Amino acid sequence: MSEEKNRPRGRAGGGHPGGPMGGMGMPVQKAKDFKGTFRRLAGYLKPHKGALLFVLAAAILSTVFSIVSPKIMGKATTKLFEGLMMKMKGVPGAAVDFGYIGDILLLLVGLYLVSSLFAYIQQYVMAGVAQRTVYDLRREVNEKLARLPLKFFDSRTHGEILSRAVNDVDNISSTLQQSLTQLITSVVTLVGVIVMMLTISPLLTLIVFLTLPLSVFVAKSVATRSQTFFKGQQKSLGELNGHVEEMYTGHRIVKAFGREEKSVAAFHEINEKLYESGWKAQFVSGIIMPLMSFVSNIGYVFVSVVGGILVTKRSIEIGDIQAFIQYTRQFSMPITQLANIANVIQSTIASAERVFELLDEQEEVPETARSAAGQLGRPRGDIRFEQVDFGYKEDAPLLKDLNINVSSGQTVAIVGPTGAGKTTLINLLMRFYELDGGRITIDGTNITELKRGELRSLFGMVLQDTWLFNGTIRDNIAYGREGATEEEVVEAAQAAHADHFIRTLPEGYDTVLNEDASNISQGQKQLLTIARAILADPAILILDEATSSVDTRTEVYIQRAMNQLMEGRTSFVIAHRLSTIREADLILVMNHGTVIEKGTHEELLAQDGFYADLYNSQFAGGMVQDAG
Amino acid sequence: MKKLFRYLKPYRFPIGFVLILIFLQSLSDLYLPTLLADIVDHGIVLGDTPYIWRIGGLMLLVAAFGAICSVAAGYLSSRVSAGFGMRLRGEMFRHVENFSLQEFDKIGTASLITRTTNDITQVQQVLTMMLRMMISAPMLCIGGILMAVSKDAKLSLIFVAVIPILALAIFTIVSRGMPLFKALQKKLDRLNLVLRESLTGIRVVRSFNRIEHEKRRFGEANRDLTDTATKVNRIMAAMMPVMMLIMNFSSIAIIWFGSIRIDNNHMQVGDLMAFLQYAMQILFSLMMVSMMFVMIPRASASATRINEVLDTVPDISDPAEPKRGDGRRGWLAFENVTFHYPGAEKPALERISFEARPGEVTAIIGGTGSGKSTLVSLIPRFYDVTEGSVRIDGVDVRELSQAELRAKIGYVPQQAVLFSGSIAENIRYGKEDATDEEITHAAEVAQAADFISEMKDGYDSVIAQGGTNVSGGQKQRLSIARALVRHPEIYVFDDSFSALDFKTDAKLRAAMRRETTEATVLIVAQRVSTVMDADRIVVLEDGAIAGMGTHRELMESSQVYREIVASQLAEEEIA
Repeated sequence: MSEEKNRPRGRAGGGHPGGPMGGMGMPVQKAKDFKGTFRRLAGYLKPHKGALLFVLAAAILSTVFSIVSPKIMGKATTKLFEGLMMKMKGVPGAAVDFGYIGDILLLLVGLYLVSSLFAYIQQYVMAGVAQRTVYDLRREVNEKLARLPLKFFDSRTHGEILSRAVNDVDNISSTLQQSLTQLITSVVTLVGVIVMMLTISPLLTLIVFLTLPLSVFVAKSVATRSQTFFKGQQKSLGELNGHVEEMYTGHRIVKAFGREEKSVAAFHEINEKLYESGWKAQFVSGIIMPLMSFVSNIGYVFVSVVGGILVTKRSIEIGDIQAFIQYTRQFSMPITQLANIANVIQSTIASAERVFELLDEQEEVPETARSAAGQLGRPRGDIRFEQVDFGYKEDAPLLKDLNINVSSGQTVAIVGPTGAGKTTLINLLMRFYELDGGRITIDGTNITELKRGELRSLFGMVLQDTWLFNGTIRDNIAYGREGATEEEVVEAAQAAHADHFIRTLPEGYDTVLNEDASNISQGQKQLLTIARAILADPAILILDEATSSVDTRTEVYIQRAMNQLMEGRTSFVIAHRLSTIREADLILVMNHGTVIEKGTHEELLAQDGFYADLYNSQFAGGMVQDAG
Repeated sequence: MKKLFRYLKPYRFPIGFVLILIFLQSLSDLYLPTLLADIVDHGIVLGDTPYIWRIGGLMLLVAAFGAICSVAAGYLSSRVSAGFGMRLRGEMFRHVENFSLQEFDKIGTASLITRTTNDITQVQQVLTMMLRMMISAPMLCIGGILMAVSKDAKLSLIFVAVIPILALAIFTIVSRGMPLFKALQKKLDRLNLVLRESLTGIRVVRSFNRIEHEKRRFGEANRDLTDTATKVNRIMAAMMPVMMLIMNFSSIAIIWFGSIRIDNNHMQVGDLMAFLQYAMQILFSLMMVSMMFVMIPRASASATRINEVLDTVPDISDPAEPKRGDGRRGWLAFENVTFHYPGAEKPALERISFEARPGEVTAIIGGTGSGKSTLVSLIPRFYDVTEGSVRIDGVDVRELSQAELRAKIGYVPQQAVLFSGSIAENIRYGKEDATDEEITHAAEVAQAADFISEMKDGYDSVIAQGGTNVSGGQKQRLSIARALVRHPEIYVFDDSFSALDFKTDAKLRAAMRRETTEATVLIVAQRVSTVMDADRIVVLEDGAIAGMGTHRELMESSQVYREIVASQLAEEEIA
């Protein structure tokens, strides 16, 4: 669920610039290093320099054309007014100069057309640039993930990684798409409008400017107040979601213990709190708009009044007043927009920073250029651990001076209570983690001298958490070896005793496993992973015997398939079955992450240590009593 | 969406007020240009400065009035939408709490969570938007048209031409963009899925050396998403320029035709200026409406999902006149019970009959899918039987009230579930008024006392949400303690010892045997060693009883049981 907990996001990748001022006064996430991240993000736009310059030019042109229009339109009004005044005063031959007005209007038609055209082109080109950039970024993130060591994945939740690779990148995408061009247009509009206003009347411009500090003050003071409520709202919402998640996942328990009423009461309490902070946050942030527009209306009134007086004094034209009023209206828009964009950009940079953090994670130790694979030839599967030291954390060593010697075709059983760290050995064998000291060799070659891909292709894994993907059964089995033929897939399935159940499915090998592969049973999943391993035909096997969640019949199949798979291969088995353990050539007993005992069954029993204890309680205990 | 509006009913009056307030506010917005026209037509033309000042003052008042209306509307509407969210959320949660497991299975727990949280938030947000914009847009539009017509009815005919053109333009663009938006969401989900799969399967991907393959898969999804996103954004790129163009062209038309009318003395210059501003208001409001078209489909998808939940009637409800037990304590009987999961072809349980009495341990064993968990789920009435009956103390569980029934049962689930809160609170969940002594005792019996006392805060140590800070075995022991503190008549352990090592398992069962001498105990298990000394072992296979008796009896009589034993124990150790 963790990936569902969405951070408050600016917008949802829509295509309507400006948008309603829904999010005003909402707290914004801030980046730690704004400048550096900004520069780095800008680096991604570099390849599109040409297109971006074009966008910039188009944005400027489109805005400039739309800014001059009111002034020109004003000229038409002025001419009209002049003609009328003359007529009123009874000047002979006075008439409205329709030819002039018509010319102006035609000019306007042209201007508007050009302006809209440029606006369209700018958005159109930007769509390509933005999406391309984000595409590259996403690809880079994915490629990076492929190079990161398992340590990285084990120490983070999937939700966290997904959120960076998808949500954060998406956030960057919509900013590039919308806010960047908006930023340009807003700045150009602001500058252009100020210039136009100044050319009309410095005095009126001053009046408009006087309202500025007022609106900044209003916006600021309201925004700070709403932050508190938003925080409260966020907190209650988190609490509420937590409660819902907990109660629903524990529904069985809530019912069994008859605690429905209690749970509803707790919910109502949180819900009430959410309501209180929720409506306040909404109200206070919603106040910004009317207050701002009131301030701008004050400006409007003063412009009308002072302008009117100026016209009567003949110091400016009536059409200029009309133009000026339109400019006043346009003046406040880019300011609110800029304030909005500032927030959006902040949260985008914060997103970008998280993405870059991921891109900067330390990668796996680079591979040796020279591959020793050639020396291996047909691998036999002799494995030696020589004085291996290892710990997940530097200050907590788990393995010290571990020596193991496994010859080709032998079976190693790994035994120990749950959580004893049995996967550690696998992590080291497959070089998912690096050793702190010593070395591991396969057929005499140090595994660090092999390419990771080559090393891993020597192994076949059948783990308990059967990983299958959303695809057909055929594709899932064929995953074991690239380019496997249909016959090979079916043969592998037959060897794994999976062919029969696959054929009973309505679509056979074409059955598509759903997202969590819940359309086949746990045991069937395990059979598929065995088939996959059989197809891969590895020299060394790693098996997890645990089949606790499988019914007896399937279990027998699985056991048979596993035995077949182990024939003639070096195998590491996380063992649960007594027969496997006793017949193993080497038993490694693990507890608390370390190998505490090793030897054959008889040797270990003779030692009368942890293994003997475990064996007696686990396998013999009850029996002996019962038999006796 | 509409159906959810019934939750707005208590807010009829506030909503009415919001409507009025917003109408007043848009009128005052529209009145400003009218006053400006007066300034132009009277003040400027006649050179009457005091008149200009007077009207200016009036304009300020009107603006202030508009602002007050708007703030008041904002106050009411935020209370309405937050209140709506609260009611809906509360109603939904209460409703879901009454669901039986059947409904949870049907809709899915994760989906129910999303529906109660995200979907309601989504709908609430849209309601907020609607109260802010959807009401004000038509008001502005109507107000604008009223004012325009009152200024000059003939000139208003321009709107008759412009509005359809604008509507058509918006419709054309939106109808092309909409399907792509939906596709976009799907492709984003696909990308998410591919990435999540390669994260969960990272060991497999790497061990099979298929990194390149995963890269390709991701690359395809990425390209697909990018292409669609580019297309959508390119279509939407036309939206603003086209609308602006239409608006600007209509002002040009207004000036042209207005000039002619002015020249013929049908109207005045100030009126023309006012008229231009009305036109802007009207067209702006139409643009706002177009934005809502983008939002409504998103909310209506959420609304559908919410309604689905609210319309689901829980299968299990209390009888009108609940009966009481016959005075015995803990007599459990299955009588010819058959159970089908809804929609399933084959029954999950078929003709199950057995009895369990106080002081006895009944074990149920069988493979996965044999119906063990289903069987015990019928006892606390998580599901209702299809045929036959489950009786406790002689009464069919369907005739008892759910509260009374469950008070008799101490249930320990397969997957131990703990709640956030202290350890003591978690154990006390089983019995609200349990004393500290009772809690420590339960913990001791459940073999949990040792690890609890090793924790820094002992019984006050806080369990994180989902119990992530305790191990699986510890969770299981705590959930056992929770059932023990209840001192129930019937204990149901649904494979609750699986995460325990054998030593702890043995100790726990020994301690429990002393504790549960007077209770009826049901144990579901996979391991033979867990069930071997039960008074009665029920062997299930494919939903039917394949054998019943003690270990010794079953070793003789039941082939299935022998197979289970053989698969778990080496031959020579079987007694």
